[in-house]
Amino acid sequence: MTKELLQLKVNGELREFAAPAHKLLLDVLREDLDLTGTKRGCDDSSCGACAVLVDGVPMLACVAIASCCQDSEITTVEGIAPPGTLDPLQQGWAQEGGSQCGFCTSGFLISAKALLDRNPDPTLDEIRDALSSNFCRCTGYMQIYESVRFAIERGKEKRAAECAMAGKRT
Amino acid sequence: MRDGREADMSTKLMSADSIIGKSMAMTDAPLKVTGLGKYTDDLSVRGMLYGMVLHSPHAHARIRAIRTARAEALPGVKAVITGADAPTPYGVLPIGHDECCLTVDKVRYVGDNVAAVAATSREIAVEALRLIEVDYEVLPAWFDPLESMKAESGWIHETKPNNIEKEYHHEFGNPEAALAAAAFVREDRYYAGEVNHAAMEPHSTLAIWEPDNRLTVYSSTQVPYYLHRTLAEVCEMPMSQIRVIKPLVGGGFGGKSEVIPLEITAGVLAKKARQPVKITYTREEVFYAHRGRPITYVDLKMGLSREGKIEGVVARVVQDGGAYCGYGPVTVLYSGALLGAIYDISNVRYDGYRVLTNKPACGAMRGHGTVNVRFAFESLLDDLAHDAGIDPVEVRRRNLLRAPCMTVNGLRVTSYGLPECIEKVVERSGWNEKSGKLPYGRGVGFACSHYVSGAANPVVRSNMPHTTVHLKIDRDATVTLFTGASEIGQGSDTMQVQIVAETLGVRMERIKIVAADTDRTPVDLGSYSSRVTFMAGNACIAAAKNMREQIYTAVAKRLGCEAAELESRGEEIVSAKNPALKMSFDAAVVAAIDFHGALVASGAYTPPEESRGGKFKGAGVGPSPSYSYSAQVIEVSVDTETGHVQVHRIVAAHDCGRALNPMTVEGQVIGSVYMGLGQALQEEMVWRGGRLMNPTFLDYRIPATLDTPQIDCIIVESIDPEGPFGAKEAGEGSLAATIPAVANAIYDAVGVRITSLPITPEKILAALQAKKKLASSGNGGAR
Repeated sequence: MTKELLQLKVNGELREFAAPAHKLLLDVLREDLDLTGTKRGCDDSSCGACAVLVDGVPMLACVAIASCCQDSEITTVEGIAPPGTLDPLQQGWAQEGGSQCGFCTSGFLISAKALLDRNPDPTLDEIRDALSSNFCRCTGYMQIYESVRFAIERGKEKRAAECAMAGKRT
Repeated sequence: MRDGREADMSTKLMSADSIIGKSMAMTDAPLKVTGLGKYTDDLSVRGMLYGMVLHSPHAHARIRAIRTARAEALPGVKAVITGADAPTPYGVLPIGHDECCLTVDKVRYVGDNVAAVAATSREIAVEALRLIEVDYEVLPAWFDPLESMKAESGWIHETKPNNIEKEYHHEFGNPEAALAAAAFVREDRYYAGEVNHAAMEPHSTLAIWEPDNRLTVYSSTQVPYYLHRTLAEVCEMPMSQIRVIKPLVGGGFGGKSEVIPLEITAGVLAKKARQPVKITYTREEVFYAHRGRPITYVDLKMGLSREGKIEGVVARVVQDGGAYCGYGPVTVLYSGALLGAIYDISNVRYDGYRVLTNKPACGAMRGHGTVNVRFAFESLLDDLAHDAGIDPVEVRRRNLLRAPCMTVNGLRVTSYGLPECIEKVVERSGWNEKSGKLPYGRGVGFACSHYVSGAANPVVRSNMPHTTVHLKIDRDATVTLFTGASEIGQGSDTMQVQIVAETLGVRMERIKIVAADTDRTPVDLGSYSSRVTFMAGNACIAAAKNMREQIYTAVAKRLGCEAAELESRGEEIVSAKNPALKMSFDAAVVAAIDFHGALVASGAYTPPEESRGGKFKGAGVGPSPSYSYSAQVIEVSVDTETGHVQVHRIVAAHDCGRALNPMTVEGQVIGSVYMGLGQALQEEMVWRGGRLMNPTFLDYRIPATLDTPQIDCIIVESIDPEGPFGAKEAGEGSLAATIPAVANAIYDAVGVRITSLPITPEKILAALQAKKKLASSGNGGAR
């Protein structure tokens, strides 16, 4: 199969690789870029385990063509926090039991990240809606909501601290 | 009487600053939340080939010939195998070695495994499968278990007359006489459709042929030990030449608790190609590999006294086992053993049939064997309670066991938190204000369930320890725990680390865990039947106590005191008599290594003889060292125009003995309830002529966030006298109560009894219409 030289901006880095033009973003991430945090859980874009952010919007990597994403910024679970640090959502997932088997976790984190980026203080119904395209077979979702709430609280604390700092400066 | 409050030492906590009973993040959470943890399909090695399997398009057919020459000639194809390459039959039960990783003589279901290829790319593998020619002679097939068990000839397995895999007939007391004497008697037929585990991670196996002719296999398995054993048998290699490693596993729920054909096929391909081979199933292949909960018919008859005492129970259960034995006989035995054993019932008859059909084999799924019979039992008991004019909760109260006790079928009950579970959910849910009192269309339902904390008998009857763990400590005072127990998301690694840390009196961070790698870790029977907390937990206590004694001996000598007066807590070894006498854990380890030469310790767990059940045929399945209990109240609304059920809230109380890690206990209980809710209302594998109509998540609808109501978990701690720190099962027992609680709530809401799962809007509408018709003909009952 003919391969082309493709470029993708993933987690802030420009990555070059050779792949067939029709190769799926999911397969490119997992096989060509060794970013295996993004998972394949189904055959038909129904499970949400492969969600990534494309220009900040959650998309399913199993139905995106990698070569069509070359002008976009892609963020995978490996890139939602700088190396060696955890995003408050990741801390929440660990502290509150959001992950059991963990296979759905990357997809959920991506959906939750997209939610909090546009709405830092969502209601439970808004959380439910935002996560409704991701399946989790382990948790029954209750501890996933707790995990998101953990991050919401962290976000509030951070914003309050920033306000206080700003107040001090002026 | 031994109740929880007089528990022996092993159930007591070490000190006030105990880490037992505190919610702990899972030890592998950092790997999971960063995406850096590796599941089997995330692994790749140099020279790895893509393996793929050719599946049967026929439900039942003889294989006349398979021609593989064209596939073998395709450039990039490194190995092609058929049943002839691995003809040794295997199965999880010694009495059920009836399947091969690639079928040898005939195919027995659509999706049966016929041939496999290993190639340098996925595309070449697909093309190679297309080039394999199979000449089939199509045979008549059976799809309905009730028809299949009437078959006179042409059986699915020639050795199984009438397509009956196994049947069991148990009778305790005198059920016929008891029913004849009962004031209220009812019988009904209940049907449960087939459901699949639907773990998020599809099965995957990476088999590596090593240069020294050894085989290393990474696999998404709940039981590395069974896989190790089966690979050795089929690959005709000694177990010592094979290494099985379980990476992170993306959920099991029973679906990875017996060997799945790809796990062996990958090994055989790797051996033939002398190269690494990875096979990962598609979601469709996962559904066809199946091993889920079978279609079940339950004919149930029960009698109640005027006072609400269950006088007798008679059940006939037929399970549609699919084409191979698998865990089948165990499933049908669990259905009988746990049917009545949750309550105090003296007269029980059980006739259980496991029937073969031309569909994928069923197997163990969360709540193994207990779920569909519990649906029937708790539904029928609800009806009888209404007949007797007794509140459905009260009727359960009047039939409780008094632990410790032995049930009529020989199950030893050591702790019994069901009464507390019942009272807690009644209170939290507002049951007394709601039951029978909500406006038409809204209702509450109640049900109970229970489950084993591991099987007291291994599938191969023996006296082997069910689990063994090793500990070693080097001069850096790192404690390394070697355990065969398989973390599959339930938190078993964390639980073991917590127990070892608690027993040694050190921080969890000091413990490193090496798990589920047959070259390095001792045998554990696997993560199924909710056995790991009880069994591996007890083994960890034993090993850590052994280690502690060794440390105490050396420290006592150094401090000039008696070993017996020493305690280990807060990273220190301290004299209980004179707290000034103490040593840091680090210094104590150095002293102990200087004294003993090396610091290693082991612990094992074998269920006590008195927990292993009676002597009758089939008595080995059901017995457990301990049982968990659950009670639930579910509130629903039923839309009488559409038949749609909305679940508002579920309150579940679970007796887990002691919650070692409350966060993971709650996660297990809520997850069980969630899975039960899926089976109650929306999940069903739909079969037409042996073909699955919905092998995708679009069509097999597991509940998403919007389908899942608020689920409240109440933990009840009965402190089991033999559990590790009093703990017992948490991961399965709550599932079964959810389904009948939903059915009972629907009855409370609109007065129709649905006896078929899943409870779809169509079934509710049909029942409402039938009820209306009956009412207009003058025979309608109240509500």
